[in-house]
Amino acid sequence: MAAFVSKAMLAASLATAVTLLNMPQASAAGEREKCYGVALKGQNDCAAGPGTTCAGTSKVDYQGNAWKLVPKGTCVTMQTPFGPGSLEPITRPS
Amino acid sequence: MMSITQSRFAEALLDRTRPVPAEVTSWTSSEPVRRYGVYRNNVASGLARALAARFPVTEKIVGEEFFTAMARDFVLTHPPTSPVLLHYGADFTGFVADFVPAASLPYLPDIVRLEDAQIRAYHARDIAPIAPDVLMRITSERMSGLSFRFHPAASIVRSAFPIVTIWSMNAGLLPLAPIEDWRAEDALVTRPELSVVTRQISPGSAILLLALMRDATLGEAFDEALQADPDFDLGRNLAELMRSGALVDIVAEPSLEA
Repeated sequence: MAAFVSKAMLAASLATAVTLLNMPQASAAGEREKCYGVALKGQNDCAAGPGTTCAGTSKVDYQGNAWKLVPKGTCVTMQTPFGPGSLEPITRPS
Repeated sequence: MMSITQSRFAEALLDRTRPVPAEVTSWTSSEPVRRYGVYRNNVASGLARALAARFPVTEKIVGEEFFTAMARDFVLTHPPTSPVLLHYGADFTGFVADFVPAASLPYLPDIVRLEDAQIRAYHARDIAPIAPDVLMRITSERMSGLSFRFHPAASIVRSAFPIVTIWSMNAGLLPLAPIEDWRAEDALVTRPELSVVTRQISPGSAILLLALMRDATLGEAFDEALQADPDFDLGRNLAELMRSGALVDIVAEPSLEA
């Protein structure tokens, strides 16, 4: 057994942790949606065309077939120089 | 013969004191100095740009001109060892620490380390983090012998400087302002829900997590944290750890299912 740690301290810590975990989280991680055409070059979360290994592989900013996870409901409100984000793959000027 | 030609071509690319390799010819001249020079320059600036993409906050702090000069020095002495550009620059941290012109920014190497941890988290293998309520199934008798399995994206960066504040300000997450409280900060990098998250943690938390990451039991790790901080609150730290996305499993002896 470690020098400072007692069983009582560990039991108390477990009780504290369980109590904290039972409390509702102030800022729960919200739902997300896939948003196409908004990711900057190399920063997409996935889907950047055939033959690629996905995340981080988009070649240009706002690539239309690359998506990024964003808070639900915010995708189509995102403005890019080529128009708003899309919930489906789109064509962007290249 | 082919391989000798290739290695001479590659060596001269990064060593500007060497002449254009004798085997290199073009249809207009037998020694295409300018063409080879263009190629040399493209190799160096391409790799320097890859570093800038990987360390954007570092670049923002020192400015583009300084970063490019530093990156080019690095490129010439540290050519890629893997064909995967994603991995390029893993040893940039050590280089920046020894880079004399950057010595006036003593926190810079730690910012590079933080950005390296973030990019490794970004590309780490994906596994679902543990559900926070697994902790409810643990009895207090088992607490001291627990060990923890961490997510491949999780890592700790410790610093003697306020790196999380400096990074957040230069990444646009906090407004740029003078830092009144100039002190050591430690960071936990995780990737819950596919997004890389960097949060500041207390020195006690960093000690606890680093001990758990090298397979110490919870009892041993708690002991280390308490020696550094007699007021260390294990309960709050455990709750935060369960929710952080940094854990994939808790191992108990005997097993939780027993």
